[in-house]
Amino acid sequence: MKGHDFFSIRRWWSVVRKEFLQLRRDRITFAMIVVIPIMQLALFGFAINSDPKHLLTGVLIEDHSEFTRTFVAGMKASSYFDIVTELPNEETARAALARGALQFVLTVPPDFSRRLLRGERPALLLEADATDPAATGNAIAAALQLPQSVAAKDLTGPLARLAGGRPPFEVRLHSLYNPEGITQYFIVPGIMGVILSMTLVLMTGLAITRERARGTMENLLAMPVSPLEVMSGKMVPYIFIGLIQVSIILLAAALMFHVPFEGSLLTFYCAALFFIAGNLAVGISLSSLAQNQLQAMQLTMFYFLPNILLSGFMFPFQGMPRWARWIGEALPLTHFNRLVRGIMLKGNGWPDLWTDVWPIGLFIVLIMFVALRFYRRTLD
Amino acid sequence: MNAATTPAIDVRGLNKSFGDKHVVSDLSLQVQPGEIFGFLGPNGSGKTTSIRMLCGLLTPDSGSGTCLGYDILRESAAIKRNVGYMTQRFSFWEDLSIRENLDFVARVYQMPQREAAVRRALEGLGLADRAEQLAGELSGGWKQRLALAACMLHEPRLLLLDEPTAGVDPTARRDFWEELHRLCALGMSVLVSTHYMDEAERCHKLAFIANGRLLVQGSASEVVRSQCLATWSIQGERLAELADRLQGQPGVDQTVVFGSSLHVTGHDAAALEQAVTGAARAAGLHAAPVDTGIEDVFIYLMNKSGTAEERLAS
Repeated sequence: MKGHDFFSIRRWWSVVRKEFLQLRRDRITFAMIVVIPIMQLALFGFAINSDPKHLLTGVLIEDHSEFTRTFVAGMKASSYFDIVTELPNEETARAALARGALQFVLTVPPDFSRRLLRGERPALLLEADATDPAATGNAIAAALQLPQSVAAKDLTGPLARLAGGRPPFEVRLHSLYNPEGITQYFIVPGIMGVILSMTLVLMTGLAITRERARGTMENLLAMPVSPLEVMSGKMVPYIFIGLIQVSIILLAAALMFHVPFEGSLLTFYCAALFFIAGNLAVGISLSSLAQNQLQAMQLTMFYFLPNILLSGFMFPFQGMPRWARWIGEALPLTHFNRLVRGIMLKGNGWPDLWTDVWPIGLFIVLIMFVALRFYRRTLD
Repeated sequence: MNAATTPAIDVRGLNKSFGDKHVVSDLSLQVQPGEIFGFLGPNGSGKTTSIRMLCGLLTPDSGSGTCLGYDILRESAAIKRNVGYMTQRFSFWEDLSIRENLDFVARVYQMPQREAAVRRALEGLGLADRAEQLAGELSGGWKQRLALAACMLHEPRLLLLDEPTAGVDPTARRDFWEELHRLCALGMSVLVSTHYMDEAERCHKLAFIANGRLLVQGSASEVVRSQCLATWSIQGERLAELADRLQGQPGVDQTVVFGSSLHVTGHDAAALEQAVTGAARAAGLHAAPVDTGIEDVFIYLMNKSGTAEERLAS
């Protein structure tokens, strides 16, 4: 075989030129090449923080004293805790933790300072939503160190005898929902939402572009079917696919990872149905936006990236800056992660879940408007 | 208005541009009920775009008109319910079986006697025993027949057929045209685009379109007469050389070789006769005047409407 049969620079160059010419005309790919790295960098660099600070904390103070104030000031100073509210009673504290409105609740018992002065080593109670062990771990460590430094500061003069040796009071930690801090308990329910997003958005994303690629769209458009009929009709089969996926993951979570299931199965499937519908709506609108199947896949990836990074699936939601949390709040996956973890780990019912259900409903309605707006009724 | 007297198609001044390409300009068409209207023109002349505007798949930039009495701009839903449109490319679902395709169509059009209609269509196609076969497995000709059966399933009053017989063998084409004439006898109207001259001759009315402009319309004989062309036929061999020699001579507008005969056409009959008889005598061949055929006219119109480059650019 002669050398130029094997490889000819000029032939090779003709291929390179053709690829460049085609790439230049493929605007979406070009945009992806530029936007994806910038987006990744921005999200990883600025939004993601695996040592989240400023976690939302409520206080339930039944004994106002110098020690209490110093301790609370010390919590603030650690920058792990943002004291956002003073709670009236134990029930509201529990409800706020269940909803995820607060991550920590500090309770100061009524006779704390009296017992402290008597040298009885009283305890402050710190309740933590330990669903995500990674998000709360460092904050808890900081809180447990606090008594030492508070003692050194406040116990002076006649009280100095209390300061020596062991701290004169302790912080008793009460980790709720995932007391052993098992990461799987947090990750496995989260994976459900990720898998549903990935498969359902991609599958429906191809639904309309496939008709266009095969030339059957012209036929469909010439028939008396309305856009809403086509789009919602294409979504229905995937609802069942989604429910099958949910069941498989649920079984795997129970049998393979022994993730507890505290809530109601019916509530769980209702929440899943909402989330599945949200994903299908996204897929269908991407499908009506995209010109061809490749673009539909690229748009799916584009949608998928912030979902993975900003939904609280991989990285603690509270650790993100405000703008990233706003984007996260707009994504159904963020709310579904909270719903699933709430139902499976906390046993939450509808009153607690409602705050995460309506955003998904609103999202579906808005996205379906987008889909209808961009659905091409003609071949223009 | 009475359905029997309302024109099946009545459009005026339709225009359509894609970017800076003016694909259809000032198209006006009238198709009467029960008529087979042939739509002729070279590739890229705007036939498909025109048909798509008629059935609401494309919005005209300007112009107005009706299809079966329904406004093409405002009542496209009603048009879609009453028109059968057969796309140029096979556009039924290849991953559905023949029966499933027909059943889907019947359901979309909400036919009351759905199963019976599907069964009739399958029997009419002669595909009753292959109903469960996937449409994608059919050969080109069968796909064409399936598409026609499917777009007629809902008993439309108007059929829009975009090159329905491209790539179909002659027997199937003949069957197809017999079917069309049978349906027209029952009152259905048909607009059919085609490249085949024998099919053009089977139409009640014809229209030539080139570069987006309608050049002439009427019955086959009207179209032929309208161009005032004379044609001579020369029989013999080595006709291509003779054709070259005749090109550009006074009176000769066009030469076309049909196997063993050469058609020479021009609109100055006297000058043409002189040129043809002279050339034939020189070559020792026999020349005789013949009736100008629809094909001669078609080629004449195509040449007159622009060079090949212009056609590609349009």
